[in-house]
Amino acid sequence: MKFAVIVFPGSNCDADMANALRDVCHCAVELVPATATTLTGYDAVVLPGGFSYGDYLRSGAIARFAPVMAAVQAFATAGKPVVGICNGFQILTEAGLLPGALRANRSSQFICQASRLHVCNPHTQFTTAYAKQPDIQLPIAHGEGNYYCDAATLADLREHQQIVFEYVDNPNGSVANIAGIVNRQGNVLGMMPHPERAVEQLLGSIDGLGLFTSLIENHREETHV
Amino acid sequence: MYLVKVTVTYKESILDPKGEAINDALQRLGYHNVQSVELGKYFELQVAKSDRPIAEQVNEMCDRLLANVNMETYHYEITEMRTQA
Repeated sequence: MKFAVIVFPGSNCDADMANALRDVCHCAVELVPATATTLTGYDAVVLPGGFSYGDYLRSGAIARFAPVMAAVQAFATAGKPVVGICNGFQILTEAGLLPGALRANRSSQFICQASRLHVCNPHTQFTTAYAKQPDIQLPIAHGEGNYYCDAATLADLREHQQIVFEYVDNPNGSVANIAGIVNRQGNVLGMMPHPERAVEQLLGSIDGLGLFTSLIENHREETHV
Repeated sequence: MYLVKVTVTYKESILDPKGEAINDALQRLGYHNVQSVELGKYFELQVAKSDRPIAEQVNEMCDRLLANVNMETYHYEITEMRTQA
């Protein structure tokens, strides 16, 4: 399975993501600059965390119009897996690939800590490995992770099981404790916590590994059918 | 040439923690009659005339980039600038 990790000016979790995918999960990974115009040849695309374009205007607002984003849109529309972590989640909401928006944390503070999460939907291609272990702990590190959507959108998310990760102790004020969601089709995932920072015992937790192994395993099954 | 002044603020239903922090600071300074503070963004654009109606273009730019209409609202003021002969 071959991953593209998109590198925007100001991305800073791209190397961690490449480490998780290449060194820990033994997948092919390429760092793809935001100026790229095609994503042909990749099986999955990851938008990593960071502060793309300095978070100017709003987090993700400028990155959403980077040249590569037309290819990301097409990739997502084709039903292929797209994962946005932290700033990547913010970019996906700005791009309209996921509903809602990320506001400043309720406390006005940048929060960097371990966060307990509940995997509410272990049936997505990103979460099957968590079926037997739905309670996990992943690092969060964000100033604008306070998920917002209106009541109609929230009802819609619930109806279609699109809420994938929930905070156990809501750290940032997110609506309905939401930490991560998928789109209706289930191929685009956005989440504020950082699974790529929890893939080796050395890092203090391996709870993030399940996300990558789920994706890899489900892709393997799909291509062998 | 037009001068376009755009103000973007959170929708009323959206909490504004930065505005609240500023309000707290004003209270600490003794301005107890301050009832609320809302922090927004202000943009000034100079836009050359084109075939398109200016208001239509400004609306589009606000919807696409300057505001996130999921959580923000905007208003603007358009004035024609006097160009030097």
